[in-house]
Amino acid sequence: MASEMENEQMKDMDIEALPSMWPEDIDSSKPYVEKPAGDQDMLEEVTIFEEPTIVDFHHLVELTNYTDRGSSQLTHLVQRWEYKHANAVRLLREELDILSKQREEVELKKLEILEAFRFEEERYSGDKRPISILDEIIDLYQDIPRRKRDIIVQSKRVNIDAEFDTVAYWKQRAKDLEKLLEASVHREQLLMEKLQESLQNLEKQSSPVEELTQILKRADNFLHFVLQNAPVVMGHQDKDLRYRFIYNQFPRLQEEEILGKTDVEIFSGAGVKESQDFKKEVLDKGLPAKREITFETELFGSKTFLIYVDPVFSKSGETIGINYMGMDVTDQVMKREKMAQLREQIAVQKAKETELNKTIHITEETMRAKQMLATMSHEIRSPLSGVVSMAEILSNTNLDREQRQLLNVMISSGDLVLQLINDILDLSKVESGVMKLEATKFRPREVVKHVLQTAAASLQKLLTLEGRVADDVPIEVIGDVLRIRQILTNLITNAIKFTHEGKVGINLYVVSDPCYGKAEGNHQKSSGDQSTTTEIKEDKLKLSSQNCSDRKGFHSKKYSEGPYPDHLPSDEPQTPVKNGNTTDGDEGEEPQVPGTTVWLRCDVYDTGIGIPENALPTLFRKYMQVSADHARKYGGTGLGLAICKQLVELMGGRLTVSSKVKCGSTFTFVLPYKVSSTCHSSDDPDDLSEMADHDAPLEDVTAGFFQFQPRTLGSLFSSNGSTRTQKLLPHGIGFTKSHKLNGISKDSCSFPSGNVRLKETTCVEDACSMVEVAETLSEPESSFSHSPERDYENVVCRSQQSQDDTNCKIPNGTTNCNNHTESSREVGLRANTGEPPGSCQEEEKSVINSQCTSTSIPRKPESKPKPKILLVEDNKVNVMVTKSMMKQLGHTMDVVSNGVEAVRAVQSCCYDLVLMDVCMPVMNGLQATQLIRSFEETGNWDAAAKAGIEPSASLQDGQSSIHYDKRMPIIAMTANALSESAEECYANGMDSFVSKPVTFQKLKECLEQYLP
Amino acid sequence: MEVVQMQRAWVEYTKSLFREFSYSFFGWMKGFLDAQFQQLQLLQDESNPDFVAEVVSLFFEDSERLLSDLTFALEQQSIDFKKVDAHVHQLKGSSSSIGAQRVKNDCIAFRSFCEEQNIEGCQRCLQQVKQDYCLVKSKLEALIRLEQQIVAAGGSIPVEELSF
Repeated sequence: MASEMENEQMKDMDIEALPSMWPEDIDSSKPYVEKPAGDQDMLEEVTIFEEPTIVDFHHLVELTNYTDRGSSQLTHLVQRWEYKHANAVRLLREELDILSKQREEVELKKLEILEAFRFEEERYSGDKRPISILDEIIDLYQDIPRRKRDIIVQSKRVNIDAEFDTVAYWKQRAKDLEKLLEASVHREQLLMEKLQESLQNLEKQSSPVEELTQILKRADNFLHFVLQNAPVVMGHQDKDLRYRFIYNQFPRLQEEEILGKTDVEIFSGAGVKESQDFKKEVLDKGLPAKREITFETELFGSKTFLIYVDPVFSKSGETIGINYMGMDVTDQVMKREKMAQLREQIAVQKAKETELNKTIHITEETMRAKQMLATMSHEIRSPLSGVVSMAEILSNTNLDREQRQLLNVMISSGDLVLQLINDILDLSKVESGVMKLEATKFRPREVVKHVLQTAAASLQKLLTLEGRVADDVPIEVIGDVLRIRQILTNLITNAIKFTHEGKVGINLYVVSDPCYGKAEGNHQKSSGDQSTTTEIKEDKLKLSSQNCSDRKGFHSKKYSEGPYPDHLPSDEPQTPVKNGNTTDGDEGEEPQVPGTTVWLRCDVYDTGIGIPENALPTLFRKYMQVSADHARKYGGTGLGLAICKQLVELMGGRLTVSSKVKCGSTFTFVLPYKVSSTCHSSDDPDDLSEMADHDAPLEDVTAGFFQFQPRTLGSLFSSNGSTRTQKLLPHGIGFTKSHKLNGISKDSCSFPSGNVRLKETTCVEDACSMVEVAETLSEPESSFSHSPERDYENVVCRSQQSQDDTNCKIPNGTTNCNNHTESSREVGLRANTGEPPGSCQEEEKSVINSQCTSTSIPRKPESKPKPKILLVEDNKVNVMVTKSMMKQLGHTMDVVSNGVEAVRAVQSCCYDLVLMDVCMPVMNGLQATQLIRSFEETGNWDAAAKAGIEPSASLQDGQSSIHYDKRMPIIAMTANALSESAEECYANGMDSFVSKPVTFQKLKECLEQYLP
Repeated sequence: MEVVQMQRAWVEYTKSLFREFSYSFFGWMKGFLDAQFQQLQLLQDESNPDFVAEVVSLFFEDSERLLSDLTFALEQQSIDFKKVDAHVHQLKGSSSSIGAQRVKNDCIAFRSFCEEQNIEGCQRCLQQVKQDYCLVKSKLEALIRLEQQIVAAGGSIPVEELSF
């Protein structure tokens, strides 16, 4: 009952503003609310908690006494205790009051009853007044507090059976009242007992300190329960920051080592000072704060703590210390840092990705744009070249003057656009990296000559074009000849465009290495103005005498053939201005090691309008011209030089320019080339085509000077020093000199294999006086170039013929002879050029040569029966060509134009050889061959009949009158198309095949093989 | 013009027809003629002085017939690609025989389009073939004219100077 009352009182009570030290849902009546249900071990654990507790109880008391919070806590507790007790006392008193009131009432009633009894007697005598006692009693009871319902009040109405106002009535009434009084007295006694009991209880109740201790103990237990495994350190430090209290779950130090000391005194290392300062700061400011501090101490290594410090005030408001709580957040910090790092990395990665995507996008766009440009240009070029070439054809027809003029404008405009498109195409190719450089062998001298020739062909000014190639420039080098030609053509075209009088020329010479070339290039650039002018002047001066000296030079040069010392003096005075040349002379001594790189420097100079200095930096930029004025005057796209520069750089070289206004410009490029390496079995088809296409005259191999005078008639006339000089010479001299050459080469040739070969040749010479053949073939150009020589050649042919005749019994005599010629010629050439054996494409040439000689081979001796040859070919042109070739080879042929006719022809006549086209109308070659083979096997033409070929009149009953004792050779002529594979030819019974177009060589080989 | 000069001109002109390098006008293109034409030139001698001219005019005749056949064939509603291919094959054969390599190369491309039955490609090729044919024709005609002039002036064709 008491506790219940207490509860009610607690609800009514005003709760103090200060927070309770433990959670509010815990109160004294229900300790350990969150106690695990039915966990009996709990209490045991609680007792264990006390063990790590390090409480300075003495100081705790001090704290509670001296700090605000402590005292308020205490006051709160005391108040609550007082309330409780006051309440209990009040309640007891109230009850006591009630009881005493009831007693008074009972006594009063007793008196009344006594009085009434008196009155009864009086009334008995007098008149009696009725009194409603019960009503009064009831009223009286109504004054008693209602809440005391548990007190049983006798409210029984007294029923009296006796008649009112009689003696019996009163008697009975007095008895009843007596009973009531007794009961009342009894109740009073009971209440008195109860009161006594309560008072005793009250005395038994505990003192406030005891209760407080209990409460505190509970709080302590609770705290320990909560903090059991928390990675926290808690402590209180006084205003000198000395530890007065510490709670540490994992203590490293004994309590006594900590208490009374400051942080700095306890341990040292990074972070200790910081934490101390932080605490001081909180102490000074009087405001709580949080901070993360990383410690690096010997005591516990590297750890990061989140520290919460709040100041503790005395009752007077002074700070007397701090409470501090630290939490080990090392792992979290590490994770956080890792996360940050990762996030950073991701961000960087993302940024990179974006950047990359952007770049890719841009590159793709650029590529696409360039590709587009290239495609467009290509698409434009094809029809445009159609327009231009058709216009050119039109210009060859009969036109009147005006028409011709219009046409010329048309052609030149068309050319210009084509040029522009070509330039754009090239540029976009280089820029997009599509441009592929090809490595082919070529002859620099030839290139220089051709470029000049081409330029001279379209020259419309009175300009001298000249080219000089130093002697030490290798005969052949490896590089992308087309591109080099393009560069040269571009530069020459440019030079011609801006030159109105004087000359334009090319100098080609060896420089030692790129560094030298660069240094020289720079040098020339810096001192460019002076050097070019002088150069040009001197060149001009020399111009007149040059031809003369050239001639002289080439006399000796022509026949000394190559970089021999005796030639150099005559060459040197030609170019005294160039520093390069003297150096070149020195270099000329060292032979080109096969497979090494040689740097060639090429100067393209002119005596034109020159380039102002301020225009030089932009000269090689795209779409740049020196000025708008120039563009108008000279036209052009402004792409040429940009392309040249890019091409040169693509090939690993440099393009520079030096110029002086009104005096001229010199464009210089230095490029590395591979010197062609030793012997290879020149079956390379590229080589073949190259040689065939470039139709290089052999004289170019060593000629070092070319000049095209203004009076020459365009491309129709090209002068070549060496040819000209050659012409003046009686060929007898040439002959003897050549002889000498052989002598020299024998001595000077440093290649052992060459020597061996040479000896072989000597043998041949001795045996069949082949010396003429060898010599002439080493210089076919000179022998072809004029009539005396041609006569001479005829002699050669004749001698060859005679040789043929003598050897004619030997099978393949001609081939043999050719071999001799070839080898001797080879040696001759090698001696000429001083090049390693087999390094050039002479061998291919020899093939052509041998073909050439073979034309003059006379017919086979008439004594043999003429072989019968059948040509099956539907193409008239082919027939004509083949027929003519056969005629040259001394044979006649029957010709039919399809397979059916071929079968018929074979039916009626016996052939020694059949040349069968594969692809023909009516019946193809394969089928016809099958039919013929079938006849050979079976002796009848049934298969042919089945195929629809009616037997001709000469056949009787499908039996041929002609008998074959051996297989008829049938040779297919294929166009190398997919449908005409060699295997198919063999499978259908053909013996061999000749690829079309047929050539002498092929036909000859074929005849040799199949016509014994 | 002097005979010698004409001969020189002839040599240069012939060389130009073989030269692959004709950058300034047509980009990088094959020469008009290839080595096969040299074969023809070598076949021409005193006993057969007009051989080249004869073959070439035969070629013209043949080609013009084929080209008109081709034009007709490609104009049809339904194109008989086999027929077209046969014509192109003929043209390829004769052009390769005289060494008109550009025409020949055009024919090779033409045939591949025929195989694909690509009408547009075929038509483009026909234009190209016609163009290259006209070109080579005009070149060859000019060459033959020059040869005739040389011969008329009493000179001979300096075939040897071509130096193969």
